[in-house]
Amino acid sequence: MPDAPASPAADAKPGTQSFRTTPATGTPATRESIISASMAPISAKDFGYDQARHLLWRAGFGGTPQQIQTLASWGPTKAVEYILDPGNAPADKPGADTFDKNIMREPSAEERAAYQKARQSQDEDALAKFRVEQQRRQGQDRQQIGEIQRWWLKRMIETARPLEEKMTLFWHGHFATSYRTIENSYHMFIQNELFRTHALGNFGNLMYGIIRDPAMLKYLNNDTSRKGKANENLAREIMELFSLGIGGYSENDIKEGARALTGYTFKDDAFEFQKNNHDASGKTIFGRTGNFDGDGFVKIILEQPGVAKFITRKLYHYFCADLPPLERASYDELPRHQQTVLRDLASTFSGGRYEIKPVLRRLFLSQHFYDKHIMNEQIKSPTQLVVGAVRSLNTPVRDLSILNDALDLMGQNLLMPPSVKGWDGGRSWINTSTVFVRQNILAFLLTGKKPRGYDANADEMKYDPMPLLEELAKASPGNEKDPAAVADYLLRLTLGSAPEAAKNELVSLSKTTSGSVTRELVIGYLLLITAMPEYQLC
Amino acid sequence: MDLHNSPAFTRRSFLTSGLTLASTAWTIPAFLGSSADAMAKMLGAGLSSTPGVDEDRILVVIQLSGGNDGLNTVIPYGMGEYYKARAGIGVKADQVLKLSGADGVGLHPRMTALKELFDEGMLSVVQGVGYPNPNRSHFKSMDIWHTADTDATGDGWLGRYYDSECCGYGKGESGQAEKNDKPASVDPAISIGRNAPLALQGRSAKPVAFESAELFRWSGEDIHEALREPYHDLNRRGSVEGSEGGNTNADFLMRTALDAQISSEKIRKAVAQKPLVAYPGNELGRQLQMVGSMIRAGLKTRVYYVTLGGFDTHSGQGGAQGRHGNLLANFADSLRAFYKDLKAQSNDTRVLTVTFSEFGRRVSQNASGGTDHGTAAPMFVCGPMVRPGVIGDHPSLTDLDQGDLKYRIDFRSVYAGVLEQWLQADSKKVLGGTYKPVVVMKG
Repeated sequence: MPDAPASPAADAKPGTQSFRTTPATGTPATRESIISASMAPISAKDFGYDQARHLLWRAGFGGTPQQIQTLASWGPTKAVEYILDPGNAPADKPGADTFDKNIMREPSAEERAAYQKARQSQDEDALAKFRVEQQRRQGQDRQQIGEIQRWWLKRMIETARPLEEKMTLFWHGHFATSYRTIENSYHMFIQNELFRTHALGNFGNLMYGIIRDPAMLKYLNNDTSRKGKANENLAREIMELFSLGIGGYSENDIKEGARALTGYTFKDDAFEFQKNNHDASGKTIFGRTGNFDGDGFVKIILEQPGVAKFITRKLYHYFCADLPPLERASYDELPRHQQTVLRDLASTFSGGRYEIKPVLRRLFLSQHFYDKHIMNEQIKSPTQLVVGAVRSLNTPVRDLSILNDALDLMGQNLLMPPSVKGWDGGRSWINTSTVFVRQNILAFLLTGKKPRGYDANADEMKYDPMPLLEELAKASPGNEKDPAAVADYLLRLTLGSAPEAAKNELVSLSKTTSGSVTRELVIGYLLLITAMPEYQLC
Repeated sequence: MDLHNSPAFTRRSFLTSGLTLASTAWTIPAFLGSSADAMAKMLGAGLSSTPGVDEDRILVVIQLSGGNDGLNTVIPYGMGEYYKARAGIGVKADQVLKLSGADGVGLHPRMTALKELFDEGMLSVVQGVGYPNPNRSHFKSMDIWHTADTDATGDGWLGRYYDSECCGYGKGESGQAEKNDKPASVDPAISIGRNAPLALQGRSAKPVAFESAELFRWSGEDIHEALREPYHDLNRRGSVEGSEGGNTNADFLMRTALDAQISSEKIRKAVAQKPLVAYPGNELGRQLQMVGSMIRAGLKTRVYYVTLGGFDTHSGQGGAQGRHGNLLANFADSLRAFYKDLKAQSNDTRVLTVTFSEFGRRVSQNASGGTDHGTAAPMFVCGPMVRPGVIGDHPSLTDLDQGDLKYRIDFRSVYAGVLEQWLQADSKKVLGGTYKPVVVMKG
């Protein structure tokens, strides 16, 4: 069994790196040798319906049959450019007053004084009032974080710029900050906007932004880090989790970096540099000596070659194929074809001075990205599953609260990642509980059926799946009336392939409609398809 | 028993599949146990356990959500300050259920069932449990209890227990056991509720959660009966089409889907049994009845988690009678029924139950006849194997911290006791620190 050649992408010719000598038998060792490592662009002739569908799912949240056909007809270059920059598509920035910023505001000087007075005089009644007021505000803020979650979910469902939202979600998982710790919903909103602003921009700018972000400063305790008492939390994570990965720095770099970040805090909703609390004396970081502040620290980090490797590795995991985290597999331990691809992406990233778009363009155009072992082999995140179902099948949204709850049940509570490491992704989404939640939320979207009873609006919000069949009717008139052809078409739309056994199971359902393709039959097909294990993949 | 003739495998695909357990076990993440024996046992009916066997021990956690008023649960009727602070809601000394061997403290009068457990030597009352710098936010304090960390960060304490002691399935992202030679011997933790609590979440431990067994299934079946058979066919391909040995995500999903079908069937079958004793009809009783049924059915789950809410009694909580008393009665009656059921099954000695709430409430009642968020409170540890009696002294009602009780026992010392003495785990490893274990079990 030959190993995949690790030749640089430059001399790769289409098709030359595939060794399809044996069928995939399943073990990683044998599979790697048959996956194309070519970063050369996919040719227009190889870019059809399945590839356009794949691009829509991975670089966004899936597409309707019409969208798939459109991208397929454009060919890869135009399709990828459109995904990266949808031109005139509205960006609809939320206004600054979308949410209430005062719920968790810091107490005023007078309020603080009154509280101190009550404490000193042990005025239990007054103290109790303060406590009750604090609890009331926390309750109100928890309401608001729910509103922000639903707002974001709706935005992902409706946006004309899906890649922008998908990258916003990527940065949220990368710079993971949880509302549960900071308990300030408006700060989570500000951070979300920071991620959106830089979603497809420059990673360096995002790094300078994140050390000024109130939610992050609070989450990693930098807001109280001061000269002589530096808190190392942010300094450590900014290297370990946000830029270089474990092992890419020394303990001394953390200590010195923490000093550089002292005095970086916030007041109300804005960054504040407290000069008096900043340690302005000399530091030595990565062998460089100077009076670095937070920006100086970030600048030195960005000069390290490990940054491009680490960030592109995470982008690859998010968009292309599962990779174990760095602490479980070093770069050298990865399969050869992945090493080749990652080297290429890292050099694109550093060559482009940390611009995001060139890396994604290179990936989305590459032959590797469209290898048949890469396609339909990524487990959808809960967000991907729900947003993707609504967008690609055009189901009613029905009830954002229920969708949001389902995300939580499936393990992806937006704005509340489990830890600073974010979500692991991949197989960690799937267990025997989440399998049913995943199936059932699809049944809900398609029919309004809840695990118990039906949604109150199920009758008014009837899902009409028949427009899905328009492309079928266009391509082969008459087929939209044939249960077998419709089954085949819907399987290919939803799963990317139409296994014979599945087709037969679907067709068996048409006896309930005496062989005619009705709305009920199509919904029945979709209920079965979306409950198939393969539907969890994209 | 013959696998292929077992009821769970009646579909035609299984009759032809030649399912090989050895090859599936190491990648199957959950209910399909590790060995052919475990599998056969799981699928079999009427399994009886072997009392006293270490690995058969079960922990049940009862969470009282909202902040249970500890002072009106274990009542310091011997302290005059109690009646001063609680002129309206204080329970009169002559109504308190006195505990033998405990001076000046007793149980709320609605907890006669708990008193019975105490008198039978099955209850340990741990007094004044809390932690330093108490947090009075429901959210935060609950997370602190769940993570056993006063910063409320990291995985759940029971998730970490599963990770470190049980391991062998669902190793995080890879979905594979860390060591292939140490396969799973236990089923994942089960929580009755809409989602699995943080306490059960580990790095690799993935708990199962369902509100009722009827919800642990595909709801699409209810839409049209014609969907049922194709659905089951499509979700039971996990052992055919070559997926049993494969390691693609598609193979993994096939196996998990099959796994989910089998667990769903097994759990629904388990809870459909008529219990051996009558349970009270309240929320906790219903949940404990399910747990009792699953234990009886021989599930190899080590930790069950149930929740009773409604303890956030800011107003009109009542005294000897009233809202809080009703909740306590629900709790006590349900727990009593649970142990009667377990005894009838001969499983009682295998099961330890621990009760906690995120915080107690303030010593003084407020102007609305209720109590606001407070700090330390008692915990209950229940089961035939506990060291019965009252552990620790009641916190002082005069030496307060801004009107709140000062804790005497760190809750992590109780966790350490349960981990070391019941689950026989290394508490330092699980809790990430050294806490002197409270002696909760008999010698």
